[in-house]
Amino acid sequence: MSEVINERIGKEYKAGFITEVDSETMPPGLNEDVVRAISAKKGEPEWMLEWRLKAFNIWKNMKEPEWAHVHYPKIDFEAISYFSAPKSMADKPKSLDEVDPQLLETYEKLGIPLHEQEILAGVAVDAVFDSVSVATTFRAKLEEAGVIFCPISEAVHKHPELVKKYLGTVVPVNDNFYAALNCAVFSDGSFVYIPKGVRCPMELSTYFRINEAKTGQFERTLIVAEEGSHVSYLEGCTAPMRDENQLHAAVVELVALDNAEIKYSTVQNWYPGDEEGKGGIYNFVTKRGVCHTNAKISWTQVETGSAVTWKYPSCVLKGDNSIGEFYSVALTNNYQQADTGTKMIHLGKNTKSTIIAKGISAGKSQSSYRGLVRMSPMAEGARNFTQCDSLLIGDKCGAHTFPYIESKNPSAIVEHEATTSKVSDDQMFLCQQRGIDPEKAVSMIVNGFCKEVFKELPMEFAVEAGKLLEVSLEGSVG
Amino acid sequence: MLNIKNLHAAVEDKTILKGLNLEIKPGEVHAIMGPNGAGKSTLGNVLAGREGYERTNGEVLFNEKDIFEMDPEERAAEGMFLAFQYPVEIPGVSNLEFLKASLDAIRKYNNQPELDAVSFMKMARETCKAVNLDQSFLKRGVNEGFSGGEKKRNEIMQMMLLQPKLCILDETDSGLDIDALQVVAKGVNDLRDSNRSFVVVTHYQRLLDYIVPDYVHVLADGKIVKSGGKELAHELEDKGYGWLDNNEVA
Repeated sequence: MSEVINERIGKEYKAGFITEVDSETMPPGLNEDVVRAISAKKGEPEWMLEWRLKAFNIWKNMKEPEWAHVHYPKIDFEAISYFSAPKSMADKPKSLDEVDPQLLETYEKLGIPLHEQEILAGVAVDAVFDSVSVATTFRAKLEEAGVIFCPISEAVHKHPELVKKYLGTVVPVNDNFYAALNCAVFSDGSFVYIPKGVRCPMELSTYFRINEAKTGQFERTLIVAEEGSHVSYLEGCTAPMRDENQLHAAVVELVALDNAEIKYSTVQNWYPGDEEGKGGIYNFVTKRGVCHTNAKISWTQVETGSAVTWKYPSCVLKGDNSIGEFYSVALTNNYQQADTGTKMIHLGKNTKSTIIAKGISAGKSQSSYRGLVRMSPMAEGARNFTQCDSLLIGDKCGAHTFPYIESKNPSAIVEHEATTSKVSDDQMFLCQQRGIDPEKAVSMIVNGFCKEVFKELPMEFAVEAGKLLEVSLEGSVG
Repeated sequence: MLNIKNLHAAVEDKTILKGLNLEIKPGEVHAIMGPNGAGKSTLGNVLAGREGYERTNGEVLFNEKDIFEMDPEERAAEGMFLAFQYPVEIPGVSNLEFLKASLDAIRKYNNQPELDAVSFMKMARETCKAVNLDQSFLKRGVNEGFSGGEKKRNEIMQMMLLQPKLCILDETDSGLDIDALQVVAKGVNDLRDSNRSFVVVTHYQRLLDYIVPDYVHVLADGKIVKSGGKELAHELEDKGYGWLDNNEVA
C-alpha cells in the first residue's frame, strides 16, 4: 500500500477561488505611520491608537521565534500590506441590503449564507473579509438576551469600557512576536460579551476570509463571559489559492469569570499550498483564555489548512476548581507543517485540565504536538490528563511530540499518554476485502482516529469536519 | 465458481505456491488441509489480492472472470469473501459504520440501491444475534478490544451480512474454544446452499466435524498432493501429515 499511497499526492482545495472586488489596500510596509493610518481608518479613539503604538514599539525590538519545528523562508514584513478592505465597505452599510452582493455571494459559495432566513438555524455569524467585518447576523435577537456580538472595531466605539477593561489582559502586548504585531496592526475580528447568568441563546460563529493578494490578516477576537454565563463560539477560515505565502497572525482572548463556561471551536482551512509546497498561509496564532473560580474553557480545533501552523490555544486556570480542555485534530498533507498544542497553566487549587491531541500526517508533511502543563506551587490537588496520538499515512511524513511538564506542587497529578500508529496495510486490506475502496478506507480510518475530538464539536460542524478531513486527504492514496 | 490452474505465487521473491490446481463448483465445500508452511494462508491471500502476494504463473477464474484483472475491492464486490485468520482492529470506526460502508460499496458495484437505515439496522441486529454477539458489539470499534473468539465471530457476522458467493475461511478455527467453534460452524452451515461455495482452510480435522466438507485436499509444498472425500480428514488426523511424505509425495 505504501507505494500506492505516495503516488498521486495532490488535493483539491474547494475554497480556493478569488473574489474580484474593488479593494482599497494600503501600500506594503510597516512603520508608525501605517499604524496611525489603520487607526484613522477605523476612526479610533486616542487610547486605542496609543495602545497600538506602544505595541508597535515593543514589536520593533522583538525577534521572530525560532523554536518551533517548522521551516520557512524569513518573512519580509515590509512586503506585506497591513490593511485591505472592499471599497464598498467604506460607507459602512447599515444593513445586509446595502452590502455588495459580490461579498455576500462569496460567503454563499463557501456555504455560509448571511441572510438570516437561509442561515443554519441557531447560529449567528460575523463575516470578516480581509480587514473588515462584512456583516453580523442575528444581532437583534442576541441583544434581547443582552448578548453583544459585533465586530471588534465597532466595540471599540460602542463599548469602550469593556474593551479597555479586558483587551490585552489575557495575552499581554509583549507576549510574543506575532501577538505584539497583531496588537499594533489588528484590523477586525469579533467581540462577544455574555452578561451575568446568561446562557447565549445561539451558537456564535465568525468566518474569516482572506481575499486580497500580498495582504496579511490580523484579526483580534475578545470574548468575555460574565459570572455564571455560557457561550459556544466557532470560527472558520479559508483563503484563495495563491502562489505566494500570506501571513495570518491572530490573537484570541477569552475571559471566563466565576462559574462561566466558554466553548471555542475552530475549523481552520486556510489555503495549505499546492502539492509542491508552493503558496499557502502562514498561520501564526496566539489564543489564550483565563478561567476564574469554577469556570471552564474548552478549546476544540480541527486544523487542516495552512502551509505552516504555529498555534497553542491555552488556558490559565487562575480560579480554584476551574477546568481547561483542549481537543485537537491537526492534519497535514503534501508539504504542510504544523506545530500545535496547548498550554495548561494551573494556578488555582483543584484545577483540572484534559488534553486530547490527534495528529495525522500524510504526504511529505510534518506534524508536531507541543504542549506545556505547569502546576504552580499553589495548585493544590490539581490534575492533568494528556493523551497525544499520531497517525502516519505513508512513509515520507513525520510526527513529533514535545511535551513539557513542570510540576511544583507535590499533590498535583500529571498523566501523559502518547501513541504513534500507521494506517496499516492490514487495515487497508481488511477494508478492501470488504469492498471498500482505498480512498474511502483511509478517510474512514482517519475519522475513527479523530472520533474523540469530533464529538466535542457542535453537532452541525462535526459533520463538516469529517467531510473536510476527507477532502484534505484526497490523493493521499492512489 | 472458482477455477485455479497451475497457480504459482511468491511472497517477497520466495515461491510458495508451485502449481496449484483446484476447481470448485457452486454449492461445494472444499477443505484445504496441510502442514505449517505448506502455503494454506498464501492461497487465501493471493485469491483475495493482498499486496505482496504475487502471482508468478497460472490463472484463476472466478465466475469466468480473471481475478488478477481486478482490485481487491472488486473481487470482494464480485462476491469473494475472506474470513481472516488474524482480524485487525480499526479503532474508532464502529462495526456498524464499517458494515454499512462495506454493504453500500458492494451494492453500489452491483448496481443495487443503498439499503435504507432502518432495514440495515434490522439486518445488522439479526446477524449479530445469529453469532451470539451482544448488540453492543455493533457500536464498538471494529475488533477493538475483542477477544480472539469475538473477532472470529465478527468475521462470520460480516460474512452473513454480505452474503458472498465464495467464502474463504483462513484457519477460522485457530484459537477458538468449542463453544465459539460451534457458533462459527453454525454460521457457515446456515449459509450453505446450492449457489454458494466454501474453501475451508484448516490445520486440524476438528472444525470439519462441524463443517462437513464435500472434498478434502492436502496441500504440501505449494501443491495439492492428495484429494479425497471427508474421510481423508480423519485419516490425516490419525496418521499425521508425515504419513503423506512417506506414501504420496515421494
